[in-house]
Amino acid sequence: MSGAAIRNAAALFAGLFFGLGLAISQMVNPKKVLDFLDVSGHWDPSLLLVLGGAVAVTIIAFRFVLKRKGPLIDTKFHLPTATHIDRRLLVGSAIFGIGWGLAGYCPGPGIAALSSASIEALVFVAGMAAGSLIYLRLAVPRD
Amino acid sequence: MENFNPATALAGGVLIGTAATLLLALNGRIAGVSGIMHGVIWPHADDSAWRWLFLSGLVAGAGAWLWLAPPAFSARSGFPLPLAALAGMLVGFGTAQAGGCTSGHGVCGLGRLSVRSLAATLSFLAAGMISVFAARHVFGIAS
Repeated sequence: MSGAAIRNAAALFAGLFFGLGLAISQMVNPKKVLDFLDVSGHWDPSLLLVLGGAVAVTIIAFRFVLKRKGPLIDTKFHLPTATHIDRRLLVGSAIFGIGWGLAGYCPGPGIAALSSASIEALVFVAGMAAGSLIYLRLAVPRD
Repeated sequence: MENFNPATALAGGVLIGTAATLLLALNGRIAGVSGIMHGVIWPHADDSAWRWLFLSGLVAGAGAWLWLAPPAFSARSGFPLPLAALAGMLVGFGTAQAGGCTSGHGVCGLGRLSVRSLAATLSFLAAGMISVFAARHVFGIAS
């Protein structure tokens, strides 16, 4: 197999694990997510443990991974370079948060919920693709 | 707190963190679902195959679990589709502007000890909580 084929297989494998985690933790159920965000209602702290469990792994494992010269089957790490905190970051995150709180889906669970043939998830993902395109068209200069 | 599922939340979170570690260790990529999706809908390089495969894995992994262990919760029904579309557009636009979502800034960014990602995470968590408060308790949208 070529390098690209192995990388593609690895991406599929990682995606499978990720989707499995989202389903086992019930994050594909938007009601669970909204109950976490609803701090003034019947608060459900489950999402905090999902995020906590995930970050507990990455915060330890990433240290070892990033100490290496590069990844195992690619030539270099493709890491974000931005480190500054600006209005774009905070406003964008706030807009994302508003949408998250409206329907109870963020990008991962929204896409993973397509597996249950949910019409609302399909409409959400279509809206998400449209919203992304609108921003990218506005922000990315075309030549 | 009646729906709190600490064990499966933690187990799912660990799986998600493991998936993110695999993608970084093998391919050198950040498992940020919004960023992976943006690369598919706005292709600027010939690297969209692995993105499609990761996203397919996300759906298949969640679907496999939902098939093996049908959820005890009943799927939400009657959620207004225009609201799902609007929520999706806000999530797509906001994550494109902020350069990440719950997985990219949350799971991976916090794992890299990025202060920028911490700021993004606090911003979308706060906005999500305000949004749910407004939708559920001010406007009375049943979700």
